[in-house]
Amino acid sequence: MSVIKTEGLTYVYGEGTPFCKTAVDNVDLEIEEGEFVGVIGHTGSGKSTLIQHFNGLLKPTSGKVYIDGEELWKDKSRLRDIRFKVGLVFQYPEYQLFEETVYKDIAFGPKNMGLSDEDTDKRIREAARMVGLKEEIFEKSPFELSGGQKRRVAIAGVMAMEPKVLILDEPASGLDPKGRDAILAQIREYHQEKKNTVMLVSHSMEDIAKHTTKILVMNKAKVFCYDTPVNVFHRAEELQQMGLSVPQITRVFNRLKAAGVPVNDDVYTVKYAKDLILSMLGKDNKKVER
Amino acid sequence: MLKDITIGQYFPGKSLVHRLDPRVKIILIVAFIVMLFIADSFFGLGVGMVFVLGAFLISGIPFKMMLKSLKPIMPLLIFTGLLNILFIRTGEVIWKWKFIVITELGVTTALFMVIRIVALIIGSSLLTYTTSPIQLTDAIERLFSPLKVIKVPVHELAMMMTIALRFIPTLIEETDKIMSAQKARGADLETGSVIQRAKALIPIFVPLIVSSFRRAEELALAMECRCYHGGEGRTRLKQLKTSFRDYAALAVTAVFIAGVVFADKIDFII
Ligand SMILES: Nc1ncnc2c1ncn2[C@@H]1O[C@H](COP(=O)(O)OP(=O)(O)OP(=O)(O)O)[C@@H](O)[C@H]1O
Ligand SMILES: [Mg+2]
Repeated sequence: MSVIKTEGLTYVYGEGTPFCKTAVDNVDLEIEEGEFVGVIGHTGSGKSTLIQHFNGLLKPTSGKVYIDGEELWKDKSRLRDIRFKVGLVFQYPEYQLFEETVYKDIAFGPKNMGLSDEDTDKRIREAARMVGLKEEIFEKSPFELSGGQKRRVAIAGVMAMEPKVLILDEPASGLDPKGRDAILAQIREYHQEKKNTVMLVSHSMEDIAKHTTKILVMNKAKVFCYDTPVNVFHRAEELQQMGLSVPQITRVFNRLKAAGVPVNDDVYTVKYAKDLILSMLGKDNKKVER
Repeated sequence: MLKDITIGQYFPGKSLVHRLDPRVKIILIVAFIVMLFIADSFFGLGVGMVFVLGAFLISGIPFKMMLKSLKPIMPLLIFTGLLNILFIRTGEVIWKWKFIVITELGVTTALFMVIRIVALIIGSSLLTYTTSPIQLTDAIERLFSPLKVIKVPVHELAMMMTIALRFIPTLIEETDKIMSAQKARGADLETGSVIQRAKALIPIFVPLIVSSFRRAEELALAMECRCYHGGEGRTRLKQLKTSFRDYAALAVTAVFIAGVVFADKIDFII
């Protein structure tokens, strides 16, 4: 059974005013459990709006959302439980920190779930470890941390709820390249360790290509496609037409192929590309794995 | 809930009402309020209503927006109405049950008050719908500039108002965002006792205040970088100018005020 399913999901901002805007248009989607889904699309294509439906923060203008087979908005009193099942980390989540100490802030979610102090403590430490926060800063005020540390605290705050589905809206935006790679690698580790579903919104094709098992491409409020990275990047031309790029390395290989070099056209990570080229040159005869 | 707030919402347009000099518009609103308060009959109020509804029609603002501006003051209207109906005990009794006495005078007074408030709100929301906040504070600054003589910091006050108005939508948006983020972490804002609910607001207010201070600091810095130094010797990109249509609007309004007085007289004779 799919963990997230939508049927004809449509959302209109400011309905009935002169400024109304359809941000999500008739989306049918099924996401299987355990996937690492990358969501990509142009600015304003409706990514943030779409994901806010998955934990009942936005009520669809029309259409339905099912989480674990349960229809959202059918029984409003169930919404809170569903929010514990589907954890959502917003864009720039550091602005939601409010407690006196980092520890207390991470504890906010688990406390709301009604966990015991002991369980909460365990989860806080684990979440902090996963996002790479040292325990020394637990007693610091979140407001005196650096931007990247604040971001980690905010992500840990949601991870500590151990949601079945973890959704992150551009968790790496505004960070330096090293910080971005670190955070994304930690999210991937979290996915591999917990084996639960993760959804990652990002503007970077490279990041998405490197980490995800499925890609959801949004274009002008509609789903353009939802498929494996190989299949998605196969449609390089269409992607480019709507203003999205494919990873640089894929472009390199497409050009090589166009120039008559016999290469595979399913290359989208640098590591795989390197191994492939080495083996083609006969310098490395171990089997090529992606 | 937060989306219903319409203060400071400007509907760009090119209608006659939009193009009036904002200073004149403020004067007209004051005249309109005077009109409503000298009216002491339904006829007089009717004339005032015709005036404001006519202006609304000319402005081309959808009527739905007018209803929307009335929505937040519904409780006030109901309260005023009930108060007048229940507590005015003079006049002809039309209904009586135990200690509740409803008189004809009570009902008419209630109706009168409600219509007066509705007209007031429609008029002032028409002003904010058709005048951008910048124009509005500009006009206020100009109208009050004579007070500079007695050392009232008119420019600074107007600038503060401009900034405040500018940040209302931003703050609403920010509040919405923070509320969503905390709800996603399981914050419960809807149920519980009064104390619990007040406590539940902490996770919303703390980030909101923190970010407001941050914004204020950034704004101050940005203004300083552009050498802002108060109103002294400051020139304007957009000069306010009165033209023929402004005088025409003033004349029409004067006629309506006379109309209100006249309508009251007629009512008195009848
Ligand atoms: N609160 C809002 N009120 C009105 N319109 C909105 C609101 N939030 C978003 N929109 C509009 O809905 C559309 C989709 O917005 P959304 O934030 O979902 O895009 P996005 O794909 O997340 O973009 P980005 O990559 O820039 O984050 C945009 O055109 C935007 O202008
Ligand atoms: Mg977004």
